[in-house]
Amino acid sequence: MSAATGLVAAGAIAVSLRGARRELDERTAPLAGLVAAFIFAVQMLNFPVAAGTSGHLLGGALAAILVGPYTGVLCVSVVLLMQGILFADGGLTALGVNITDMAITTTVVAYAVFRGLVKILPRTRRSITAASFTAALLSVPAAALVFTLLYALGGTTDVSIGKVATAMIGVHVLIGIGEAAITALTVGAVIAVRPDLVHGARGLEQRLKLRVNGELVDAQAPLAPAAPRASRRGLWLTGLVASLLLAGFVSFYASSDPDGLEKVAADQGIDQKAKEHASADSPLADYGVRDVDDTRLSGGLAGVIGVGVTVVAGSGVFWAVRKRRSTSQVA
Amino acid sequence: MGAGHAHRLYRHGHSPVHALPPHTKLAAVFAFVVVVVSTPREAMWAFGLYAALLACVAYTARVPAGFLLRRLLIEVPFVAFAVLMPFVAEGDQVTVLGVQLSVNGLWGAWNVLAKGTLGVAASVLLAATTELRELLLGLQRLKLPPLLVQIASFMIRYGDVITDEMRRMRIARESRGFEARGIRHWGVLAKSAGALFIRSYERGERVHLAMVSRGYTGSMPVIDEVTASRAQWSYALALPCAALVVCLLGWTL
Repeated sequence: MSAATGLVAAGAIAVSLRGARRELDERTAPLAGLVAAFIFAVQMLNFPVAAGTSGHLLGGALAAILVGPYTGVLCVSVVLLMQGILFADGGLTALGVNITDMAITTTVVAYAVFRGLVKILPRTRRSITAASFTAALLSVPAAALVFTLLYALGGTTDVSIGKVATAMIGVHVLIGIGEAAITALTVGAVIAVRPDLVHGARGLEQRLKLRVNGELVDAQAPLAPAAPRASRRGLWLTGLVASLLLAGFVSFYASSDPDGLEKVAADQGIDQKAKEHASADSPLADYGVRDVDDTRLSGGLAGVIGVGVTVVAGSGVFWAVRKRRSTSQVA
Repeated sequence: MGAGHAHRLYRHGHSPVHALPPHTKLAAVFAFVVVVVSTPREAMWAFGLYAALLACVAYTARVPAGFLLRRLLIEVPFVAFAVLMPFVAEGDQVTVLGVQLSVNGLWGAWNVLAKGTLGVAASVLLAATTELRELLLGLQRLKLPPLLVQIASFMIRYGDVITDEMRRMRIARESRGFEARGIRHWGVLAKSAGALFIRSYERGERVHLAMVSRGYTGSMPVIDEVTASRAQWSYALALPCAALVVCLLGWTL
């Protein structure tokens, strides 16, 4: 499974490298490098929660909103890679799990939620902040959910999934909310100073007005061409891949251990709150994994059906949103 | 300049391990970790042998034991969960000193602890004997996408700069009497983080312009190409090969 997540991570990074080139063209290397350094530094910034305890930012959601999803995935992955090699943080073989979970899940979920909300809400600064709050809030339990799934797939010790979730709750219940609050505040602070730097808030700027003889007229269109919108197709593909993977994992898991799945379902509400720390539990997900054996092949069928349903539903939503968008643009 | 560009984990030296080309060391460490992870957890003696192998490497690299053990402490928070396992796992129970423990949980905890510690020890040895820049060159030699290596190298180069910038902001805050005590102060800290982002991004733009004015066209020139001879490869791969033998023994015995 470690190898499988490694493959997922490698694929996602390859896609992100392409996407980041589109987002930043030839400036990719220095800018993404500096943003990675920023994330690395900001993870050391401690936010006191109460007397004695403090948390820090994970940065996936923040990176996605500030610099776009592809660059975000790249930056967080690079940070994890360097931490894995240099600071022996989380171990080398856990890199695949780590990147899949911390870099890809958080960033993609956060960005998808963010874009969705921005589309619905009125185009103001306040709604950008609100959207980043929700995005960060959801990205953290999503990562926890993926981690629990990975653990369910790979764990050889028969700790029940419910217990894994509960064991994480005590420490991590506040982190999701904390991450959301800090992300929203940080995005708000950047928007207040340099709104053009916030990838998620592009197109928010007011048109310049000139006061000519006492009345306002539109200034000439800004010289710089409007920033290219993030590719919708890329986003859709990422979502598709993510849902395929999730559906596949769930089905495998279902066929191997039906009791466990019921338990996960029962504990779903609890899972939502649980959140694993940066790489705190990653060795668990990794050390002691076993390959999925062939007896689970039957689960593949269920997986395929699930994937099909997911694809159809996802595409439906996607087309509906897009159609509405294009009509509203015409109107 | 040495202070800023040598990372804290590096230990300067001239041992045979230091002299190996970086990509052979990276490959060796990675193969070693993979072998360790795929060893059955019941073969306790195998993990002892692995530790002995690493000790040999540390001896050859002239890395003192105290240094290595201190670095290993970094692992502690990450394995805290493993300690909980015997208490929460299900299955057969044994009673140790009047406490009910799960047999499976004990095995699981041992599994995580042993494999995790060996993996971290191998990474620490790698970082202690390889310079940062060499490590990046090694990654490039191992066919990681050049763009990724470039991003990583920029992150490493400017990581200290940005961290310093953050430290200066903290000093500025503190010299104005600010002390973060609770949630009420998050706004101030988040504004700092926002300002830090803007500074980092703008620094990135300046760095890019500086690079362009020096003829950057999208790829970095490689000045010191490192190649590994067959002897160096076999020297580096002796570690994972020995580990592989132990692993196979562990499966058969």
